[in-house]
Amino acid sequence: MAVSRMVGARVRRKEDPRLITGAGTYVDDVRRVDMAYLELVRSPYAHARINSIDVSAARDMDGVIDVFVWDDIKDDIGPIPIDAAPSPDMLKPWRQALASGKARLLGDAVAAVVAEDRYVARDAAEAVEVDYEPLDAVVDIEAAIEEGAPLIWEDLGSNMAFRLEPGSEDIDDALAEADNVFSFRYVNQRLIPNPMETRGVVVEPEGGGGLTMWTSTQIPHMLKDRLAAALSIPSNQVRVIAPEVGGGFGCKLNVYPEEYCTALAALRSNRPVKWIEDRSESFLATTHGRGQVNYIDVGVNNDGKVLAIKTKIIADLGAYYQILTAAVPTLSQLMMTGPYDIKAASSELICVFTNKAPTDAYRGAGRPEATYFLERALDQTAQKLGMDPAEIRRRNLIPADQFPYAAPSGVEYDSGDHVTALDKAMEAIDYEGFRREQAAAAEEGRYLGIGLSSYTEICGFGPSNTLGMACWESGTVKIDRAGKVTVLTGASPHGQGQETSFAQLVADDLGVPFDDVIVLHGDTTIVPYGVGTFGSRATVVGGTALRMSTDKVIEKAKLVASHLLEAAPEDMVFQNGAVHVRGAPTQRKTLAEIAEEAHEFQNIPRGVGVEPGLEATSIYDPDAYTFPFGTHIVTVEVDVETGKVSLTRYVAVDDCGKVINPMLVDGQRHGGIVQGIGQALFEGAVYDEDGQLLSGSFMDYAMPIASELVWMETDRTETPTPANPLGIKGIGEAGTIAAAPAVVNAVVDALGSLGIEDIDMPLSPQNVWHAIQSAANGA
Amino acid sequence: MKASISVSVNGTARAAEVEPRLLLVHYLRDALGLTGTHIGCDTSQCGACTVLVNGRSAKSCTMLAVQADGAEVTTIEGLASDGELDPVQEGFWNEHGLQCGFCTPGMIMSVKDLLDRNPDPSEDEIRSGIDGNMCRCTGYQNIIKAVQAAAKA
Repeated sequence: MAVSRMVGARVRRKEDPRLITGAGTYVDDVRRVDMAYLELVRSPYAHARINSIDVSAARDMDGVIDVFVWDDIKDDIGPIPIDAAPSPDMLKPWRQALASGKARLLGDAVAAVVAEDRYVARDAAEAVEVDYEPLDAVVDIEAAIEEGAPLIWEDLGSNMAFRLEPGSEDIDDALAEADNVFSFRYVNQRLIPNPMETRGVVVEPEGGGGLTMWTSTQIPHMLKDRLAAALSIPSNQVRVIAPEVGGGFGCKLNVYPEEYCTALAALRSNRPVKWIEDRSESFLATTHGRGQVNYIDVGVNNDGKVLAIKTKIIADLGAYYQILTAAVPTLSQLMMTGPYDIKAASSELICVFTNKAPTDAYRGAGRPEATYFLERALDQTAQKLGMDPAEIRRRNLIPADQFPYAAPSGVEYDSGDHVTALDKAMEAIDYEGFRREQAAAAEEGRYLGIGLSSYTEICGFGPSNTLGMACWESGTVKIDRAGKVTVLTGASPHGQGQETSFAQLVADDLGVPFDDVIVLHGDTTIVPYGVGTFGSRATVVGGTALRMSTDKVIEKAKLVASHLLEAAPEDMVFQNGAVHVRGAPTQRKTLAEIAEEAHEFQNIPRGVGVEPGLEATSIYDPDAYTFPFGTHIVTVEVDVETGKVSLTRYVAVDDCGKVINPMLVDGQRHGGIVQGIGQALFEGAVYDEDGQLLSGSFMDYAMPIASELVWMETDRTETPTPANPLGIKGIGEAGTIAAAPAVVNAVVDALGSLGIEDIDMPLSPQNVWHAIQSAANGA
Repeated sequence: MKASISVSVNGTARAAEVEPRLLLVHYLRDALGLTGTHIGCDTSQCGACTVLVNGRSAKSCTMLAVQADGAEVTTIEGLASDGELDPVQEGFWNEHGLQCGFCTPGMIMSVKDLLDRNPDPSEDEIRSGIDGNMCRCTGYQNIIKAVQAAAKA
């Protein structure tokens, strides 16, 4: 093994030179000869019968190439795939590429227009006349399953998509054994992922009936398979390219109607076709995240020890399933006891259709929701027991000597040292000092608060067999004739920086210069099949596949060298990028020399079982999940006159196991934390009773901006996972999981003296002000 | 009906006949192929399309191409000179001020304007200086570091 030089080092990114000069190619930057533009006609109602669609005026416009509705394409395209099926009894409505009969959400696409340029396409879309008959919309998820609610899918007879019964029969007995049982209700509001690049698709027909698609996706291979199946094109004639992707956060972990429609538009017109989603369109047409109501009963002894929790999760699926819609809330169930040693837990899950955009993965995907209800419930429990919130956590965190730990949800946590992370965070923020400062400020009529959030999360997906979907990853390492290294990964990074971190890993493993390694990804014709980037899995799973391949390449290099050095293969030693004969370090060949010989193949004897070339491909399907963890602590000051919350300090102690590039890890944490703060303070998809999205643009949907935030003080502990040879747990989602409850806990802590016990997110000035007024009025 | 415009883009004189409704960002991207300037919204909030017009930052999605008639426009492609990165670009690279990179060109152009007006901004001044530019990846922290590094360069 080479002396480690790059792994663990702060290395600036290989990706950046093209991105800081404007040379990166995102989907909208792809231009093809004779390219046409697609525009979709979208329903202005959340729920409406479609009586007729008249496309004649649009079709007659100059520059219009094609106009189609569902009837025109229904024989040419299959439904949007559903990958997640957590219940055998779940209702299974299929989503069409274009809606017909009924529009079931605001922005449901009902017709497609293809024109010579995007301005004409927009004009023509406006000329399509649709006769809608508005229907009552299903908006509130608890009202959706009440008797008499309008049905979104009449033929299925219910708005309840499926229900998973509580796992434990004995939960009520376990609760009864506790000194106290406290019951709480929380809302994880709907969020809109909003990567800065919206979605976009370019499709070019290829000779022989195939096609090439450039699309802003996290899962090019998964999309390729599903696209080929839906279009009945042989899958080896479909090429999907994820070019530069401007953020995903889960909402590009999908297969969308627009991808199907753009492909059909290109095939119908036999021309390249581009579709680019407007931001306003994106608010409606791209998947949302969260959307849960959570009930939790906490059985706790007077000393703060939690004996049992009973939870009920009501999840808002939206009008349709996308590929993981049904799976996301089940991750909340898996994480319902978080980092705590709670022996008894049960969870009931009720999944509900509404006339809203489908929910699906959004950074954290099910785990932030669980962490939110658990961390809020712990704070409220502590408050009821007259106990400090840090103390109740300390009494319940899983001790380090209990790992591996079998959680009541059925998963086994790999490794952890949660108390150390809590201690480190409390020391960093000077917890006791803040409590004194808080008391002094209260004397002056100021409202300061501190909030904690301890978390763990399930990451590193697969294993494929327990996850119920293929979730392995491929990794190829090729050393060419000149000794340069090309790495192919089935992961599909879109900002995470694996072109850099994977190059660090491979450069160290092979003992070659970092600059000699390049990492390719995102093109199904270039890269062996892979699953993609989501769920904090890319480095864990994709990195391990690469380690397997560097091991194989080194073994092959030793075999080749043994023939060149005329010594036995077992006497070959690989060290610092070269192979030498054991005990004779001057008898050596560098990897570059070996690569050249392996390609020239003139000095390798026949019949020794060595193939020309020097490369290896490996596929890694994990045997176990990983469980990153940590504690975040935030302090706030609340202006009770205006309801405005100001963040004053933010301390994050995270443990993601071993680290390849600490700069990238911190970057992931910063972004994740701010998305969690966004949920806590700013963001929310607000619908009116008709299903109109009131927060449907950046003017109304408050994205976190720089001046509303606070410096994030980041520290780490490092507990390697035994689940993979790299010891890596994953970091992509930690910040988002931890941040929201920490912030809300801090605000409620600040306002506790006013009698406020809970405020629903987002804690906008308006919502906080109303909570203060309600408390003052004794409501 | 088309209108004639003359505009200097990254130091090169350009003349074109454009539709009056053509947005400046579409002129830059589609007519000139300068795709480094991105489009992230349609309500002028996100700042991904920020360019310099006569040296001042402007959101090119909120400006018509005809409004740029006679102006000097600088895009991200015009920032590095003779292969040398601008200090703001260097700052973003060194401080990990970008992840997906989509907001980055607009962010960098806004920072150019900010540092031009205020060569030594405080953290708060940087935060308010980039409030017109959204980033979903970085939480802004490393962007602030990048601006500070560029200010020192």
